[in-house]
Amino acid sequence: MAIEHADVLRAAHLARLGLNSDAEAAGYVDDLTRILEMVDRLQAVDTDGVAPLSHPLDATQRLRPDEVTETNQREAFQACAPETADGLYLVPRVVE
Amino acid sequence: MHHMTLTELAKGLKAGDFSSRELTTSLLDRIERLDGDINSFITVTRNQALSAADAADQARAKGDSRPLAGLPLAIKDIFCTQGIRTSCGSKMLDNFQAPYNATVVEKLEAAGMISLGKTNMDEFAMGSSNESSFYGPVKNPWDRTAVPGGSSGGSAAAIAAGFAPAALGTDTGGSIRQPAAFCGITGLKPTYGRVSRYGMIAFASSLDQGGPMARSAEDCAHLLGAIAGHDLRDSTSVARVVPDYLAELDAPLDGLKIGLPKEYFGNGLDTEVESAIREAIRVYESLGAKVCEVSLPHTHLAVPAYYVIAPAEASSNLSRYDGVRFGHRCENPADLEDLYKRTRAEGFGDEVKRRILIGTHTLSEGFFDAYYRKAQQVRRLIRQDFLDAFDEVDVLMGPAAPTTAFDLGAKKDPVSMYLQDIYTIAINLAGIPGISVPAGFAGKRPIGLQILGQHFAESQLLNVAHQFQQATDWHRRHPTDQETT
Repeated sequence: MAIEHADVLRAAHLARLGLNSDAEAAGYVDDLTRILEMVDRLQAVDTDGVAPLSHPLDATQRLRPDEVTETNQREAFQACAPETADGLYLVPRVVE
Repeated sequence: MHHMTLTELAKGLKAGDFSSRELTTSLLDRIERLDGDINSFITVTRNQALSAADAADQARAKGDSRPLAGLPLAIKDIFCTQGIRTSCGSKMLDNFQAPYNATVVEKLEAAGMISLGKTNMDEFAMGSSNESSFYGPVKNPWDRTAVPGGSSGGSAAAIAAGFAPAALGTDTGGSIRQPAAFCGITGLKPTYGRVSRYGMIAFASSLDQGGPMARSAEDCAHLLGAIAGHDLRDSTSVARVVPDYLAELDAPLDGLKIGLPKEYFGNGLDTEVESAIREAIRVYESLGAKVCEVSLPHTHLAVPAYYVIAPAEASSNLSRYDGVRFGHRCENPADLEDLYKRTRAEGFGDEVKRRILIGTHTLSEGFFDAYYRKAQQVRRLIRQDFLDAFDEVDVLMGPAAPTTAFDLGAKKDPVSMYLQDIYTIAINLAGIPGISVPAGFAGKRPIGLQILGQHFAESQLLNVAHQFQQATDWHRRHPTDQETT
């Protein structure tokens, strides 16, 4: 499956990844085209009836009782934040 | 003492030949003197290391006999270390001081080990040459015009250069085994789930696994015993008893059945690498092992399946770097979208962006079934190849990489770099353990023999690797000081 310039722009937007120029986007179109050509070898394999493998040991998520086990460490965890106030993370205004 | 194994250093400490402080100081001084050019460390934690060494010496004087106490090691900068920069090789985390320790870091501290610092790596562990690091490439101590391999290139180079007797690495598609091969050291990727991933910065969560890198299989056995085990904080870690990995090291190899996957000896394998691997197999035959050819018929699909699954998981994992809670943030964002987009454009390097874009594309509407679901189906076929082979043989052997370390700057095209991992990637998809041990040289550059075992067969792998190291001395070679100065 070929990848178009518009696909790269769409993926970049979905990933909230800024691209600085058309030339940068074009470079990724070239790279991703080659990578997806390599990946397309998968399409030749018959996988009818093969269950997808998402965990190498086929393990499923373990459940635990819904009990509080962690203590509040907000100050420690916010110490590495770019900008906080009153225990909140600050971002540019979202709601006018 | 710069090229001694952990086992030898432990004896030296016990006999009082040197103190932990003397050992630690000597290594720190050597790093300071010689690492400027090799670039294997991102952060050296001199003061913390010396305090920990003093504490170990005091504990030893009071009778502390823990086997690893007072021994230094280096930690790949992907593991969170409280209060110490944990960069993951990225500008995104250049200012990040982890607020907590990874489980394996806690366990090594509890064993009394001393961290010398954090080693260089490909950015977010995405690479096979250590050239994608924000902190610059690492040079191979055996030949400074060559890469050390990646992504745990700093850890491998630090051991080869005599800076640290051991290190922690991580392996998502070969990132312990390939740099171990390129740098002439021993590196073990454990079974998926054997070692906790808590506090290990996530790249591809169904593939990532931490493990030991050292100068011998025996040392890897010591380290694996210290870091393995179930962890309530990692829901994918496996609740299974940790055996004594030293117990079986000396078991004889009479009757061991070794399978040679024919796909690992085909086109693209360097002839000098192949002859070293064939020679290593002959050593095993002389030790009583039986050798036969096996087939892993889906081998050619491993790199394609990996380059769907790993970027897909990465694109999801790396969405957390948004400039809000930690890490890099762009200046003066106009609005929230600008904050996200510019922060990520500035904080991530080229290879990371490439993988985020592939992963986002293949997971997006209209492409998911053709790529992600298909790759997961092929993943099951790849795992089944190994399960079938282990019905016939005990272990598999082959080269860890198709060539020795390549030249710095040689692989500009991403696909040619990805194909470097052709012999290591399937192992992560299958979740089985693998170890690379030194098995010779082509010119100045080391060659690694890869040994693969069944899920949770680490004791056997370590036994098989250790017996080879009793019969050969490739693992005792190190670059001469002229080469490292």
